[in-house]
Amino acid sequence: MAEPTITLEVWRYRPEQDTTPHLQPYQVPYRPHWVVLDAQNYIKDHLDGSVAYRWSCRMGVCGSCGMTINGVPRLSCAAFLKEYFPRPVRVEPLATFPVERDLIVDLTDFLEKLPAVRPWIVRHEAGPPDAEFRQTPEELEAYRQFSMCINCLLCYAACPVYALEPRFLGPAVLALAARYTLDSRDQGRADRHPVVAGPDGVWDCTFVGECTTVCPKDVDPAGAIQRLKLASALDWLRGVVLPWGRR
Amino acid sequence: MRPARAAVASESGGTVHARGRRGARGVIEREHDVLIVGGGGAGLRAAIAVAERDPRLDVAIVSKVYPMRSHTVAAEGGAAAVIKPGDSLEAHIEDTIAGSDWLADQDAVEVFVQEAPREMVQLEHWGCPWSRAPDGTVAVRPFGGMRIARTWFAADKTGFHMLHTLFQTALKYASITWYHEWFVIRLLVEDGRCQGVTALELRTGRLHLIAARAVVLCTGGAGRIYPFTTNGAVCTGDGMALAYRAGVPLKDMEFVQYHPTGLPPTGILITEAARAEGGILVNKDGYRYLQDYGLGPAEPWPRLRAMEMGPRDRLSQAFVHEVRKGRTVRGPYGDVVHLDLRHLGEATIRERLPFVRELCLHYAGIDPARELIPVRPVVHYMMGGVHTDAAGATPLPGLFAAGECACVSINGANRLGSNSLPELLVFGARAGSAAAAFALEHRDLRLSALAAQARDEEERLARQWRRATGGTERLGQLRAALTQTMEEGCGIYRDAAGLRATCQQLADLRERVARVALDDPSYVYNTELVGALEFDFMLDVAQAVAHSALARQESRGSHQRTDFPQRDDARFLKHTLAYAADGAPRIAYLDVVITRWPPAERVYGG
Repeated sequence: MAEPTITLEVWRYRPEQDTTPHLQPYQVPYRPHWVVLDAQNYIKDHLDGSVAYRWSCRMGVCGSCGMTINGVPRLSCAAFLKEYFPRPVRVEPLATFPVERDLIVDLTDFLEKLPAVRPWIVRHEAGPPDAEFRQTPEELEAYRQFSMCINCLLCYAACPVYALEPRFLGPAVLALAARYTLDSRDQGRADRHPVVAGPDGVWDCTFVGECTTVCPKDVDPAGAIQRLKLASALDWLRGVVLPWGRR
Repeated sequence: MRPARAAVASESGGTVHARGRRGARGVIEREHDVLIVGGGGAGLRAAIAVAERDPRLDVAIVSKVYPMRSHTVAAEGGAAAVIKPGDSLEAHIEDTIAGSDWLADQDAVEVFVQEAPREMVQLEHWGCPWSRAPDGTVAVRPFGGMRIARTWFAADKTGFHMLHTLFQTALKYASITWYHEWFVIRLLVEDGRCQGVTALELRTGRLHLIAARAVVLCTGGAGRIYPFTTNGAVCTGDGMALAYRAGVPLKDMEFVQYHPTGLPPTGILITEAARAEGGILVNKDGYRYLQDYGLGPAEPWPRLRAMEMGPRDRLSQAFVHEVRKGRTVRGPYGDVVHLDLRHLGEATIRERLPFVRELCLHYAGIDPARELIPVRPVVHYMMGGVHTDAAGATPLPGLFAAGECACVSINGANRLGSNSLPELLVFGARAGSAAAAFALEHRDLRLSALAAQARDEEERLARQWRRATGGTERLGQLRAALTQTMEEGCGIYRDAAGLRATCQQLADLRERVARVALDDPSYVYNTELVGALEFDFMLDVAQAVAHSALARQESRGSHQRTDFPQRDDARFLKHTLAYAADGAPRIAYLDVVITRWPPAERVYGG
């Protein structure tokens, strides 16, 4: 019996050849253990070497292979063909980002926003010399979840605010702001505050929560943003209502 | 150095700006003091070292992927460094040297072990979320071949957390310029000095000249020359091939590490930490077969430097013997043994091995708290690489290397698990610092000669690759042929006949690649062209591996010759150096540095 096949409809746009994007169908073998990325690699190796997409680790940790699969932002290395078979699988670039070519989107906006929230340990006094900071398992747990972001940017593709207001810092950047602000070793909360609580910061978020729904690593960016809103409101309260409580 | 740069007039006239200037025939010129090739752990650590040494130094990171995609991200188990009471530098040195089967340079191992704790504490201060003991100090776990628990870890995503910590910390430094998704295709040598690279900007397809007073290769490993590997798509040995083509020898390339526990059919890594936490390996009879291969007795368990906590080379070799005895399990994707974590319990697995659990559930449909994990040895790490000294300097002035792409050598014939992550910190920092010093002392650049070389490179690209239409060979088939012959001839056990056949196959592939047909004529994100250039690099690396393996007529660590089953210190207590030549590489040897630890028998178990 012939091996069953599945149709991959791949969104194509090559700026040097195409005037408009189009969907190109490919028939690939259906193997139950294959992920969508395996099917893409089959196309590239056997059918059409010109399909362009990013990938590397194929184990859900490098964050390269975010794309829209049957309308949902996903990692192509973590989306199994068996979830779709025998229906066709439609593969499109991540929404909300400018497309460079085929499934490759322009990530410049994220890379430019990232340093704005100082995603590193900010210290105003020196740490312990020649020894580690003490940090209890409970203190680690306070920020651990927000440190799991792989920068795959599925959350930006899902975020209705970012789609309308590209100035919004967005879920992953704000989750990283929370990750460092909640770290017991960090002293940068006040340094980040003007950006985090500024016009492009947490208050833009309308708490739709789509970012958390699509996150493949359970980072919960929506929860991180709510934490930052609360901290920001408390800072305001301390500063305005209770000025003697200012840190 | 930035203030000086405005005054540096290029020989071709005018001033060179970092923003770039269109040169003749579309080659764009840029200039930096130090150029780091590769944005993984070693590259990021090197860039920070340059920035911290002198903020006036202009440093750039050029990488074919965004830094957080680099394969450091996939390291799981941990990073070894002496920090706990009861441990000693001496003990870590001895474990590493014994693990290397005495092929490591002992002066380099001393440097590595001495500097690892400081580097690890530095990374802790930069925010790495290390797992903690209840008192708030960093927690450590045991690891294979180590006599005491000294491996720091961040659950089982240690490499991921180290990479993101380094990337985010590097964003602090204004003196670092980033070239994301630029692919370096040649090192440029003038006056006997490496003075820059040519790089393909993937977004536009344009070739750039990036002149630099020092270049540091941090491009990682080459596991993709094998069919079954833990390595991601990016691990194609680019830096090794770049150096090799520039006349720099590749050292000890025959030593390829098979990790004993890869998940078929993908090759996804199941970390050694699973065994460190108490996991056991059993054959089809439920028998802990490692006790039959000099690693027993089986009990008591867990026990350091014994059974499942033996070194990776011994464990992977034991698997092959089990296959020959017919004691492995026939799975849908070939022979496997079973990794049993069930007795650890769900709570421990969730806390200590959450990524293992996620990978097993997702990619194999297996819950490790209830089911056995099918595993078999998988290509994981290249002990060999670009020949460097302990400062990261290669024999080519101005060229440095660090991380997996380099061979200092501290790993010798077999790397111990959890030594590669501290290695990329220690030698990334050292190479960055040495490159910075070199750049400060060597200010002049032969820009017009470099530009001419870059134009030649553009022509080669056009002639050899961009117009590769009308060919008959598909890239995918060439890649399959390469990986298959490497597994057949250059696997865990080797012999002269198999190695000769592989060398011949690789020579044939060298001819076939000239007839490749590319489907994609585009400039913008031509990932097929990148794949072809990567394949060309892989072929060079594979030839260095196979010919080095053929020449080493002994068995040591990960290099096991069935026709020469004994270690032969009289002839081969030496590093292999493979030099590029017409056809097969030229093989030479260099004495191993032995200081205080004379060669002895490797003893595990007991």
